[in-house]
Amino acid sequence: MAIRRGRGVAAINYPTGMNLGGDPTQALVHSTPTGNFMVTLSSVDLGQGMKQIMAQICAETIGVPTDRVVVDTADTDTGPHCMGTFASRGTHRAGNAVIQAAREARQVMLEVAAEELEVNASDLETDGQGNILVKGAPQKSISIFDVALSAHFKRGRSISGRGMFLIPRSYPEKETGAMKPSTCYAHACTVAEVEVDDETGEVTVLTVKNVFEIGRALNPKMVEQQLVGGSWMGISHALYETTEPYYPNRDHGGTDFNQYLMPGPGDLAETEIIVLERPSADGPYGAKGPGEMCANPQIPAVANAVFDAVGVRIDTLPITPERILRALKAQAAN
Amino acid sequence: MAKVPVQFTLNGSEKAEFVESGTTLLNALRDKIGDTSPKGGCHQGTCGACSVIIDGELRLSCLTLAETCNGAAITTTSGLAEGGVLHPLQRAFLDTFATQCGFCTPGMIMAAKVLLDHTPNPSRDEVVEALSGNICRCTGYEPIIQAVLTAARANSQNAA
Ligand code: FES
Ligand code: FES
Repeated sequence: MAIRRGRGVAAINYPTGMNLGGDPTQALVHSTPTGNFMVTLSSVDLGQGMKQIMAQICAETIGVPTDRVVVDTADTDTGPHCMGTFASRGTHRAGNAVIQAAREARQVMLEVAAEELEVNASDLETDGQGNILVKGAPQKSISIFDVALSAHFKRGRSISGRGMFLIPRSYPEKETGAMKPSTCYAHACTVAEVEVDDETGEVTVLTVKNVFEIGRALNPKMVEQQLVGGSWMGISHALYETTEPYYPNRDHGGTDFNQYLMPGPGDLAETEIIVLERPSADGPYGAKGPGEMCANPQIPAVANAVFDAVGVRIDTLPITPERILRALKAQAAN
Repeated sequence: MAKVPVQFTLNGSEKAEFVESGTTLLNALRDKIGDTSPKGGCHQGTCGACSVIIDGELRLSCLTLAETCNGAAITTTSGLAEGGVLHPLQRAFLDTFATQCGFCTPGMIMAAKVLLDHTPNPSRDEVVEALSGNICRCTGYEPIIQAVLTAARANSQNAA
C-alpha cells in the first residue's frame, strides 16, 4: 500500500456556438445626444464579462474610448434577439453582431461629420479619443460630442446601426453525415500530475499545466481569470462534482452545498496557464469562445494521470475513491 | 404572528424594525432594511455568501435570528467604502480580478476583513483557512487568495 504518482496529458478542441435551428444574435447601437454610445443586447452577462467585451468591441469599431459606451443587456422580452449565453458563443456571436451594428452607426456618424466639415465622409477618420479628423489634415476636426448634437438637433439623423449575425443551420450530408455544426474551434492541452493513495483511493492533484489557444484575447486579464477558474472547475468535474453518483439511480445525490462537493481554497493544485493567440478568421477581432472549453482538458488529463499512477482506467466521472478502489480490486482479481 | 422589535447599528447608523419572530438577520437586512450586500446562497449555513460581522465576529446571517441582534454592531460589505473611496479589500478584489459573477464576493470580503482585523499580515495558509467556509463557483479561489494577500500588503504599507 503506497502513495503513487502519475502524470497524464490530454488535448481538446472545442466548438463555439451550436446548431439547432440556426444560431442568431442581434444587436442595436445608437448614440445619445451627447455622443455616448449605447449597445442594446439580449445576451446575458452572467459574470464572464460580456458587458466589458461588448463595450470594447463597440468602442473599437466606432473609434471612441471604451468608457463612452454603455451596454444594456437587460431584457430578453424587449431587446434584440439572442439565442443566449451558452455554448461559449457570447463573445463570438454577440461580438460579430455588435461590430456590424457599430459599423453602420459609425457610417452615419461620419456622414454627419462630413456635412459639418464640408468634406467627403470617406476622407474622415477617428482618433480613438472622441474626435473625427480629416485624413492628412488633422487640424480640421470635430468632436463626436458636436457631431451627435448636430445629428440630433440640426440634421434630424439617428446615429445608429443594426447588427444581425446568423450562423445558418447545417444539415448533415446524406451519404457521409458530414456537417458543420459549429464555427471556429478553440484548443487546449493540459498536463496533470497526481498522487493516488492506493489504500484509500484518494487522488490529490499536485499540478495542472494548461495551454489554451483561444483566438485573440480581447481582454487578457479577463481571459486569464476565466481560464484559472475553468482549470479549477475541470479538476472539480474530474474528481468531485456530481448530482447523481450512482447514475441512473438518483440515490445519494447531493442536495445542497454540504453534499455537492467542490474543491475549496485548501484543495488547489498548483496551476499554470499559458495563452496562445491565433486570431480566428470569423471571430470579432479574431476572438473565439474560451468560456467552457477551459474546463475540459483537465478531466481526461486527470483520468490519464490516475491510470499512469495505479494502472486502472476510470471511465465514469467523477473519479471517486470508491471507483478507484473497485477498479484496483478488479485488477487484482484478474 | 406577533412582530418583535429589533434595534441595532448597521454600518454605524441606528436601525429599528419590527420583524416576525424567527426572521433571520439575512432576511431582515435584505427585505426590511434594504441592505442587499449579504447574499442568500443556501440559507442553511453551508456557503458563506451571507457572512456579516457582528460585534467584531464573523457570523452567518442566515443562521442568526434578527431578534438576537438587539444592541449589536453589525458590519456588511456595503458599509466598507468611505465617502466613495473603496476599502483596501474591495480595491484588491478589483485589482486582482477576484470577482466574476460576484455572488460570493461580499461574504468573501467579510471573512477576509475579520481575518485582517485580527491578523494584519496573514500567511497564505491563514488566508485559506479564513476563506474555507465560503464557496465560490467561478474564480477557482486563487485570485481571491491573492486579493486578500494584496490587501494585507497594502494595509501594512499604509501603516508603515
Ligand atoms: S446563505 Fe448563509 S451560509 Fe449560505
Ligand atoms: S465570483 Fe461567482 S461565486 Fe465567486
